[in-house]
Amino acid sequence: MTHASEFQVPLATRRSATGIPTGRLALWWVLASEIVIFGGLLASYIMFRLHHPHWADEASHTNIWAGGFNTFVLLTSSLFAVLGHQAAEQGDGPKAARFLRLTVLGGLVFLGVKALEWSGEIAHGFTIYRDLFWTFYYAATGLHGLHVLVGMVILALVAQDAARGKNLHRVELIGIYWHFVDAVWIFLFPLFYIAR
Amino acid sequence: MAEGHAQSFWSRYVFSTDHKIIGLQYLFTGMFMGLVGAFLAYVFRMQLAFPGESVPLYGVVTPLQYNALVTNHGAIMIFWVAMPILIAGLGNYFIPLMIGCDDMVFPRLNRLSYQIFFLSTVLILASLFVPGGGFGGAWTAYPPLSASAQYNHTPWGAPLWLIAVALEFVAFLLGGINFVTTVMNARAPGMGPMQIPIFVWMVVIASIVFMASVGPLVAGAIMLLFDQLFGTHFYDPKGGGDPILWQHLFWFFGHPEVYVVLLPALGIVAEVITVFSRKKLFAYKTILYTAFATGIISFFVWAHHQFVAGIDPRMAHLFTITTLIISIPIAEMTFAFIATLYGGSIEFRTPMLWALAFIAEFLIGGVTGIFLGANATDIYLHDSYFVVAHFHYTFFPIAVIAGFAALTYWFPKMFGRHMNETLGKIHFWGTIVPFNFVFLPLFVLGAAGEHRRIYSYEHFSQLFTPGLQNLRVLATVALVVMLLFQFVFLYNFIRSLFAGEKAEENPWKANTLEWAAPSPPPHGNFAEMPIVYRGPYEYSVPGRPLDYWPQHVPQ
Repeated sequence: MTHASEFQVPLATRRSATGIPTGRLALWWVLASEIVIFGGLLASYIMFRLHHPHWADEASHTNIWAGGFNTFVLLTSSLFAVLGHQAAEQGDGPKAARFLRLTVLGGLVFLGVKALEWSGEIAHGFTIYRDLFWTFYYAATGLHGLHVLVGMVILALVAQDAARGKNLHRVELIGIYWHFVDAVWIFLFPLFYIAR
Repeated sequence: MAEGHAQSFWSRYVFSTDHKIIGLQYLFTGMFMGLVGAFLAYVFRMQLAFPGESVPLYGVVTPLQYNALVTNHGAIMIFWVAMPILIAGLGNYFIPLMIGCDDMVFPRLNRLSYQIFFLSTVLILASLFVPGGGFGGAWTAYPPLSASAQYNHTPWGAPLWLIAVALEFVAFLLGGINFVTTVMNARAPGMGPMQIPIFVWMVVIASIVFMASVGPLVAGAIMLLFDQLFGTHFYDPKGGGDPILWQHLFWFFGHPEVYVVLLPALGIVAEVITVFSRKKLFAYKTILYTAFATGIISFFVWAHHQFVAGIDPRMAHLFTITTLIISIPIAEMTFAFIATLYGGSIEFRTPMLWALAFIAEFLIGGVTGIFLGANATDIYLHDSYFVVAHFHYTFFPIAVIAGFAALTYWFPKMFGRHMNETLGKIHFWGTIVPFNFVFLPLFVLGAAGEHRRIYSYEHFSQLFTPGLQNLRVLATVALVVMLLFQFVFLYNFIRSLFAGEKAEENPWKANTLEWAAPSPPPHGNFAEMPIVYRGPYEYSVPGRPLDYWPQHVPQ
C-alpha cells in the first residue's frame, strides 16, 4: 500500500536546528535504546554470575579460539565499514559499495563460525536447558547474532544504493550501527568466553 | 480497491504519513481502548460488589476470568490508553504544529510506529479470546505465575499478552526517537530551547525516559518469553534463576513509566492554565529543570515496589529516601502552576476545569504516595486497596483528567469546531464527583486490610463485614455512574465533530504556534511557515493592547 510517488518530502526532514544531520541524530538515539536493552541483559547476567561460581566451569566449555577468531573478523569488517565511509565522503559510490560488501562478508563469516560453535555445543549436550549460564549464552549471542543479521541486510541495501551513487550519507549511518554491533561483541566475548 | 475513491480514502486516512492523521489514529485507538478498559473495570467491580451474581452485559465471572479482567484492565489503561493518547496521539498531532513545522522528521517511520501499535492492539484484544482465556498474572506479570502455563492456566493468553506489550514498546521506541529528533532538529527559525512550549518539552523528556528505562524490560520480556515458550529457567529458582530479577527489570521500567505518562499530562495542564488565566507561566525554567530532575530521579526509586519482596533492608531505606525526594520536583511544579493562577484572570471553561481538577486530584495521589514510599508504612499497606486507590489517584488524573483537558482544549484546532460547553461541564462534574466516590472508599478498605487481587471476599469473614461490603458497593455504584456520564462526552464529541459551532484559527487567544495554523490544519499545516520571536507564554504583557502575544507575531 505504499504510494512512494505520492509521498512528498516534508520541510521537517530538511531542517537541522542542531547542525547535526537528522539521520545521524536519530541513529544515536536508536543506539542509546539498544545500549539499555543489551545493558539490561548483561547486567542481569553479571548479577547471576557473581552468585553462581560454578558458571566458571560451564564457561570453560565455550570455544575461546572460535570467539577470538570472530572478534578479529568483526573488527576487520568494521575497518571495511570505515573505509567505505571514507570512500563515500569522497563521493566514490562504487568503491564505498565494494567496502560495504566486504563488511557483509565479514558478518557472514562471523555468523558461520557462530553456527558451527552452536551446533558443536548443542551436539555435546550444552543446550539452552543445561544450565542458566547456557540460557544466558544462547539468549545474548542470539540477540547479538540477530543484530548482525539485520545489519548485513541493511548494509547490502545501502551498498546497492551506493553503487549507483545514491544516498551516500547512509554509508556513514550503517557504519556507526555496525561499530555498535561490534562493540556489543567486545562485551560478550570476555563475559562468555574469557572469564572463567 | 481499483476504485479511485477508495484508493484515496486508504492512502489519506489509513496509510497516511501525515503526523496529524497518525496522531488521530493513535487518539481514536486510545479512546476505543479506554472504553474496553472501562468495561473490564465495570465487570470486575460488579463482581466485587455483588460476588457470584451475573453481571449485566457479561454474565457470571469465574476466578480465572476475574484475574484476566484485572490484568488486562491495568495493562490496557496504561499501555493502550494513557500512552497512545497522551504521548503518541497528542504528541504526534501537536509537536510539529507547536514547533512550527509541517511534519515529523521521519514520516514513514511514524506510520510504521502506528502500524506496530495497531498490531499490538489487535493482539491484546485477541489474547482475551484464546483457549484458556486472557492472561491473569497482573499487569506486573510476576514470575513464576507468568512464566509457566502450569501456574497461570493461560498457555495462549500469557505469551500473546507479553508479545503485545513488547510490540507496544517497539512502537513507542520508534515514536519516541521520532519525537526527540523532530524537536531537536525541525523547530521553526528563532525557536530556542527556552521558547519551546512546556507540553513539547514534557513529551520529549518522557520519550527519553521511556527509551532509557524500557530496554532492560525488553531484555526481560525476551527472557520471560523464553521461559514461557521454551521452558528455560531465567526466573525459576529450581533451574538457578531468580523471580526477583523480573521484579527489578519490571520496576526499573515500571516506575519511570509513571513519569513517562505524568510529564505530558503536566505539560497539558501548563498549556491550559496559562491560556485560561491569561498569565505568563510561572517559572518556566524551574518547571523545565524540575521535569529533568524528575526524569533522572525516577530511575532510582524502583525498588519501593519491592519492600516486601525480600530485598536487603538497607536497600529499602535507600529507596525510601529517593522516593520521598522525587516528590520535591513534582510538588515544585504543582506550586508553579498554582502561582500561575495567582492574580490571573481565570476563565472557567471546560478545559480549565479539567486542568484545575488535575492539580487537586493528583495532589491526593501524590500525598498518599508518601505512605507507600516509606518502607515502614508500606509493609502494612503493601498490595492492599490503599495502593490501588493511590495509583488511581495518580493515573486517573494523568490519563483521564489531563486527557479530557487536552481533548476539550485542542478540539477546535483538531476538528475546526467547538464542543458544547454546557455538556462539557455536565460531563466534567459527572466524572469528577463519582471518581472520588470510587476511590476514596478504597483507601478506607485498604487501610482496613483488604488485599488486592481477591476474586471474592466472601471467604474472608473479617473482610466481608457489612460495613466493608457497603463501601465496595458504594465504589461500584459510583463507577457505574461515572461510566454512564461518559456517554455525555461521547454524544458531545461525535455531535460536535459534525454540528459543533465553527471554530476560528485561534479561539482561545493563545500564543503557541498551533493556533497560527488554520483549524483544522491542512496538509503541510501552515499557509506560511512561522518564525518565532518570543517565548510561548507572553500573556497580559503591560503596554500591549491585546492580552496575548503569539510567538510568531513580529510586533
